[in-house]
Amino acid sequence: MASTLAELEEMQREAAKGASRASGGMREVTYRDALREAITEEMDKNPNVLLLGEDIGAYGGSYVVTRGFQEKYGRKRVIDTPIAELGIVGVAVGAAMAGLKPIVELMTINFSLLAIDQIVNHAAKIHYMFGGQFTAPLVIRTASGWGQLGATHSQTFEGWYAHVPGLRVVMPSTPRDAKGFLKAAVQGNDPVMFIEHSLIYRNRGLIPDGEYILPLEGAEVRKEGSDVTIVSWSRGAILAMGAADELEREGISSEVIDMRVLRPLDIDTVAKSVAKTNRLVIVEESWRTMGLGAEIAAAVQEVAFDDLDAPIGRVGSIEVPMPYARNLERIIIPGKDEVIQAVKATL
Amino acid sequence: MSRAKATTTNGAAANGASRRRGRSASKTDNGPGVDALHALEKSELLSLYRQMYLIRRFEERSAEQYAYGKIGGFLHLYIGEEAVAVGAIKALSPADHLVTHYRDHGYALAIGADPGPVMAELFGKETGTTKGRGGSMHLTHVERHFWGGYAIVAGHLPIATGIGLALQYQEQDAVCMCIFGDGATNAGAFHEALNMAAIWKLPVIFLCENNLYAMGTAHQYISAVPSMATKALAYDMKAETVDGQDVLAMYEAARRAVEWCKAGNGPYFLEAMTYRFRGHSMADPETYRDKDEVEQYRSRDPITAYQEQLIEAGVADKAVFEQIDREVEEQLEAAIFFADASPFPDPSTIYDYVYAEPIWETIARNGASEDSEGPRG
Repeated sequence: MASTLAELEEMQREAAKGASRASGGMREVTYRDALREAITEEMDKNPNVLLLGEDIGAYGGSYVVTRGFQEKYGRKRVIDTPIAELGIVGVAVGAAMAGLKPIVELMTINFSLLAIDQIVNHAAKIHYMFGGQFTAPLVIRTASGWGQLGATHSQTFEGWYAHVPGLRVVMPSTPRDAKGFLKAAVQGNDPVMFIEHSLIYRNRGLIPDGEYILPLEGAEVRKEGSDVTIVSWSRGAILAMGAADELEREGISSEVIDMRVLRPLDIDTVAKSVAKTNRLVIVEESWRTMGLGAEIAAAVQEVAFDDLDAPIGRVGSIEVPMPYARNLERIIIPGKDEVIQAVKATL
Repeated sequence: MSRAKATTTNGAAANGASRRRGRSASKTDNGPGVDALHALEKSELLSLYRQMYLIRRFEERSAEQYAYGKIGGFLHLYIGEEAVAVGAIKALSPADHLVTHYRDHGYALAIGADPGPVMAELFGKETGTTKGRGGSMHLTHVERHFWGGYAIVAGHLPIATGIGLALQYQEQDAVCMCIFGDGATNAGAFHEALNMAAIWKLPVIFLCENNLYAMGTAHQYISAVPSMATKALAYDMKAETVDGQDVLAMYEAARRAVEWCKAGNGPYFLEAMTYRFRGHSMADPETYRDKDEVEQYRSRDPITAYQEQLIEAGVADKAVFEQIDREVEEQLEAAIFFADASPFPDPSTIYDYVYAEPIWETIARNGASEDSEGPRG
């Protein structure tokens, strides 16, 4: 079972372990600082990059990603918007069409629902619907997460956006991916949903010295193994790594895949792993019904049916609106134990 | 009705208060449109007529092609409202930008799109303004920064505001004109966009075509106020109501709006009182308004009224108009021939344009294969 603070501390310990294995040309930063570096580098390089969002200026951003940016770049480039997500994203779509590179911050992914018309009906359609004559390459940064925030502030909707052709959807779990993907998103020509996670901003990890970008494509094998493949993304991938370590001590070898990019979805990497391990467990923080895990399971069985020796295991949240009470919340969000149980069920 | 008031302000122009072309008197002496009648060259005045007539006949030919099954889906005709688009677009320069609602044929033609590609788009052909991908509701003309018609009511108002933001950010001497109907003023996106345009003083002209009906519902049932311009006052935005059936009055008002925005005063709200002579779309049974009302508005047709105005002012005689009409008919015949002769999009291009940048081909097809080594296409 998950406990917000305890897990956060554990994640940080794990990340610190990784950092002690530092090698040349790499340095350790937090997930938050990786994002700040990416934004800073892109703003310094391209005067058309601007930030729009609620409380991103003097307040510094709800998750403190943009602190100090308004002082540095001015109000022209760091714009505090009204609390009006539909309008904010629409303005960014128009600005992007007309040649700017807006990075929008939507405080949490729950609020992105207010902007879904602009994201789905407009940003995702502009390039195709107008025959490729122009595009709307805005970047929407938003955060998934939970922590006694109640029913309307504890959801994760990456699957909704990954459903839509025309959007690129990324959900990085490491500082390295966060920085590289964000820079690629800003430099790219397509609309990107860049989904962060409120519980991993303080996680530390190694990133390359100097500038780098990571193409917005492809899953990554985080840990090689032979008995089972565990697939997840964002905080779920960190959870999967923790579960894999514990399983290792029990003699079960897990291969962990971080999907990282949720559209386009890299099923190849998962299928190749399943060809080796013959077992698959998918871990997501969201509800399982109609979710991304369902799509991954369906896509994998289409190409790797003969490789599977057991039904695909799926771990997700209990399907209720999130209650406030701490004990109930702990039961609802999947933790390491649930992942371990699901893995054992496939063996 | 609120419309009656706007109509009377225009009465002077329609009656030709100052028929001689010459030095214009002060504005207070002339009704709306009279200054323009004096200031514009004969060729410009006739060009406005030609555009309105082109739109009218384009729409009538479209309706006919729809009946033949050449055009599918929705078809929202602009018949009756031609003076709004033609007058408004006349006020724009090539540096200015345009975003419209889905009733966009008139705007595409007014801003200079060739009727051939516009008709081809209605036919869903590869030679259409968006290569058959957008259809009737999503026409474009990128050379003149016409960023398209949009089909979610009020959805394009924030987009126009964003274009205005970009123009201000890049310190361009240009405005973004945004067209929408009275129905859009009741949506949240309208209010969010107006607020943002106002607080950031963006060069955006919000041009509301008030044709009294939001699809099939009269606005007294769905809008708290009868005047859409009133809604702009909540955002401390300069606003005016103009007779949208008078092309010169429309042009003058749009020019005032352009000048206001280019002087750095922020956005401008223009409410054009107009009327749709045909149904909302071809599927509209028109059960919500009575025939007498439609006939009453049809009797003040913006095109014949303007023609009479020009004849009375001595700008041109009947023969000139007959010549223009013949040329327009030929142009439309050619447009339909072009659309007919054009190919449909090649099915092998179905994935083109989903993304601006290439992605792994195998992933794009939602499948997996052996050779997904890297980006292609």
